[in-house]
Amino acid sequence: METFTYYPGCTLRTKAKDLDTYARASAETLGISLVEPENWQCCGGAYTTATNEVATKLSAVRTLIAGKETEGLVTVCSACHNVIKQTNYDISHNEAMAVKVQRYLGLDKAYTGDTKVYHYLELLRDVVGFDKLKEKVVNPFKDKKIAAYYGCLLLRPSKALAMDNPENPVIMEDFIRAIGGTPVIYAQRNECCGGYITMEDKAQAAKRSGAVMASAEEMGADMIITACPLCLYNLKKNSGSDMPVYYFTELLAEALGLKEADNE
Amino acid sequence: MQRIGVFVCHCGTNIAATVDVKAVAQALANEPGVVISQDYQYMCSESGQDLVKAAIKEHNLTGVVVCSCSPRMHENTFRKAASAAGLNPYLVEIANIREQCSWIHKEIASATDKAIVLGKAAVAKVHLNTPLTAGESPVVKRALVIGGGIAGIQTALDIAEAGFEVDIVEKEATIGGKMAQIDKTFPTLDCAACILTPKMVEAAQNEKITIHSFSEISDVKGFVGNFTVTIKKKARFVDETKCTGCGLCTEKCPMKKVPNEFNMGLDNRTAVYIPFAQAVPKVATIDPNYCMMLKNGKCGVCSKVCSVGAIDYKQTDRFVEQKYGAIVVATGFNPIKLDKYDEFAYSWCPDVVTSLELERLMNAAGPNGGTLLRPSDKKHPHTIVFVQCVGSRCDDEKGKPYCSKICCMYTAKHAMLIREKYPDTEVYVFYIDVRTPGKNFDEFYRRAVEQYGVHYIKGMVGKVTPKADGTIDVQASDLLSNEQLHIDADMVVLAAAIEPDKTARPLATMLTTQMDTNDFFTEAHPKLRPVESATAGIFLSGACQGPKDIPETVAQASAAAAKAIGLLCKNSITCNPCVAHSDELMCNGCSSCEKVCPYGAITYQDKEFRMPDRSTAIRRVASVNPAVCQGCGACTVACPSGAMDLNGFSNSQIMSEVDAICK
Amino acid sequence: MNKYEKDWIDITSGVNVRKCMRCGKCTATCPSYAEMEYHPHQFVYMVEKGDIEPLLNSESLYKCLTCFACVERCPRGVEPAKVVEAVRLTAVRKQGNNHLIPDQIPAMLDDDMPQQAIVTAFRKYTK
Repeated sequence: METFTYYPGCTLRTKAKDLDTYARASAETLGISLVEPENWQCCGGAYTTATNEVATKLSAVRTLIAGKETEGLVTVCSACHNVIKQTNYDISHNEAMAVKVQRYLGLDKAYTGDTKVYHYLELLRDVVGFDKLKEKVVNPFKDKKIAAYYGCLLLRPSKALAMDNPENPVIMEDFIRAIGGTPVIYAQRNECCGGYITMEDKAQAAKRSGAVMASAEEMGADMIITACPLCLYNLKKNSGSDMPVYYFTELLAEALGLKEADNE
Repeated sequence: MQRIGVFVCHCGTNIAATVDVKAVAQALANEPGVVISQDYQYMCSESGQDLVKAAIKEHNLTGVVVCSCSPRMHENTFRKAASAAGLNPYLVEIANIREQCSWIHKEIASATDKAIVLGKAAVAKVHLNTPLTAGESPVVKRALVIGGGIAGIQTALDIAEAGFEVDIVEKEATIGGKMAQIDKTFPTLDCAACILTPKMVEAAQNEKITIHSFSEISDVKGFVGNFTVTIKKKARFVDETKCTGCGLCTEKCPMKKVPNEFNMGLDNRTAVYIPFAQAVPKVATIDPNYCMMLKNGKCGVCSKVCSVGAIDYKQTDRFVEQKYGAIVVATGFNPIKLDKYDEFAYSWCPDVVTSLELERLMNAAGPNGGTLLRPSDKKHPHTIVFVQCVGSRCDDEKGKPYCSKICCMYTAKHAMLIREKYPDTEVYVFYIDVRTPGKNFDEFYRRAVEQYGVHYIKGMVGKVTPKADGTIDVQASDLLSNEQLHIDADMVVLAAAIEPDKTARPLATMLTTQMDTNDFFTEAHPKLRPVESATAGIFLSGACQGPKDIPETVAQASAAAAKAIGLLCKNSITCNPCVAHSDELMCNGCSSCEKVCPYGAITYQDKEFRMPDRSTAIRRVASVNPAVCQGCGACTVACPSGAMDLNGFSNSQIMSEVDAICK
Repeated sequence: MNKYEKDWIDITSGVNVRKCMRCGKCTATCPSYAEMEYHPHQFVYMVEKGDIEPLLNSESLYKCLTCFACVERCPRGVEPAKVVEAVRLTAVRKQGNNHLIPDQIPAMLDDDMPQQAIVTAFRKYTK
């Protein structure tokens, strides 16, 4: 059994428990051991790109250092994933930043980006393998047209995230095929849902998430899946659409027979 | 005893403003062997040269040092002057006190010191110079043209016209290149095929021209005037000498689902095929990737229907060796792959096409017989959006850093042709800049706007998305009105950047010519020698040197031909006497030099030697072919025993220069 | 033009705004286009000119979603979102200039809103 460090992040402990519990349960079934580090902190939700920001990057570095002990660091939430991967990329390309971080954290040795960071989807693709996953599926999503929603955080900036082709991604579509569903390709799958703007500008969030849902519906989707709690919130709450929105881990657990099918 | 003359040039103020030339002349006068040391305003001028000549005669000089500009500029000038005065030209040394001294320093005192040191080094070297005599080597009166597009065809026709034999080597089954795929040409809108195919036929019929189609260069040896080239004639499984091009085999071939590269994969061809009606040579070729007979031995239809028995399933690649005096590279270009620009949906939407695909869609010999229809549903498009600069003018990570040069004009052409033929179709062109320098070019573009009502919008397309109803949403910016637009389009045409053909890089290695970081061949001088490569005897024609339209390509093709003809007219060429030679007594036969020689000039032979004890021994020693050696010096550095040395740049000469500098 | 402020924004963003060739692809691709008074290409151009004051006072700073569509698609690697972020930080780092104050938050929440939204907004809008 391969062991990975698992960073749930703040929201998975509260509003997005489904994303978390089904991810853990499925990993066990797929032969992956996930170890949660002690005393982890919130990643901050957004990566600050400013070159002269250090403090906002520290908690991500702490998490990355914790990941050094295992095969790699696994995240599920798109936002955590984005913050941690961007931090890792910048710190490995910017020695001055690595030294500054070292001083802030009082490290013996500077952390320079050695930890390999996986999104849970990458874990399925690169460690488990979609073929292997397919073999373990007991409740396939037959005849279900499923729209994968990447949003902005999973793919961009592609230089740092290096997960998939940012304009024509396939990882979630391959996941959908592995669990027996039919992926739906639609225009807005890699455009933003409105994100945190929902706090102060509901109209903008509604416009963005509405456009995403409309685009998926137009192409005939039955449901939409995401890896991000904030995307899920916007798509469910602000889009004005009734199409079901799920975390991809919910479908994964259901396909693996770990969850009671609560289909609509 | 050496008698050396030193001549220090002011080069106007180029040198004299930063270097105290008089002080340099004075200092060098005290060097051993120097009998005269002078300065002069312009040493390269007629009177400056006369000064050198007079001094050689008057002081009976045995060596000359000129402190002036780079030897690339005037070494030849002073060698000729010395020769005219009766001194061996290789007894002249140049100290470069301009490019390597006055131009790069600001302070007079230190620049002067450096100029003196450079002069001392040259004096030290000239002490050891020996007279050299340049040999001659004959010129093979035959040229090779690599690539059979419009550039290669024009070059070959011009060389043949001058009376020389010329071979065209073309990797595809027919000559014609990209121009054969183009529908109309700007800025006159005449039909490309109508002006190209007569030239293709002319090349085929010219007695002086041999066309090797479906062939590649597999090896190049030799040097200017005397190249030996191996041509690989790829198996086409059809006997070219028998095939009449009747096309019956292509009609009967049951394998009809092969993507037709001539139509950019927009329709299919058969496994045995003739690329297009006017192909030259008009000979069938069997595609081994699809032919059922070649893949699993089942079929043989083409062989049965061929009345002349030209089909030969057993044919193999053949190799032909030929000698040439000159080689012209005309390997052309291709549009780039668009997999890095998926925001334009090219890889999954059939109605998003490249401009070259559009040429085929509009061509009478194309997949739709000349009627412009959308690839997805064969419907007439009513709104077409053109996107400029796709992959051109990018930073290095995103694409090509250069402007592809031809896109602005062909897009204006496409827009105009569409509006002319289908006035009910709205055409939008998103541009960053419209670049139309060229005779009648801007007038042409303005006509597209003013007369044909093409909508030119200053801005860029950000995202292209196919919609469920079959239309395409084009999201773009209009910078002049500061707006974001959404256009409901039926087709999108991408002006993909162009890049050199992929065969160019390995070819450059074989030819020992230089390329830039974009794999375009580098010319010998960007202004003054635009059609020659830096390697003697290799000339450049067309888009292999940089993006070019047809008129420019043809002009450059003829210029390259003129340069090649100039070379072929000579019976012999003067060789560089500064070549390597091996001291056989010191050579230990290790082969180090042979391995590093880029020109294949070094061979080994077993020779008899008389040993100190008067016995005879056979030893393996290196020997340099002076006609092939280019004097690069790699062998002299590689040789562990110091047996290899270079005429004019001997190890002792270089060491004495270093000593003079370090003293 | 405030030379100090321009230099500071250049350092903060890490972006060389001179690389821009004025194609407008950033604005063409921006999902917040309609909500912004100044669009991504204007941020880049105005920072290049040193015309920063209007940007610092514009609501556009808080309309950018930092979705990186412009960063991903810019043919010149200019990274406009990083310029917007640098200007926004320059604004909120000034004393009393926080765009969001904690007292406002309870009114913005509902039962389903994830914590992620709150921490992200804080990171974007305050210092």
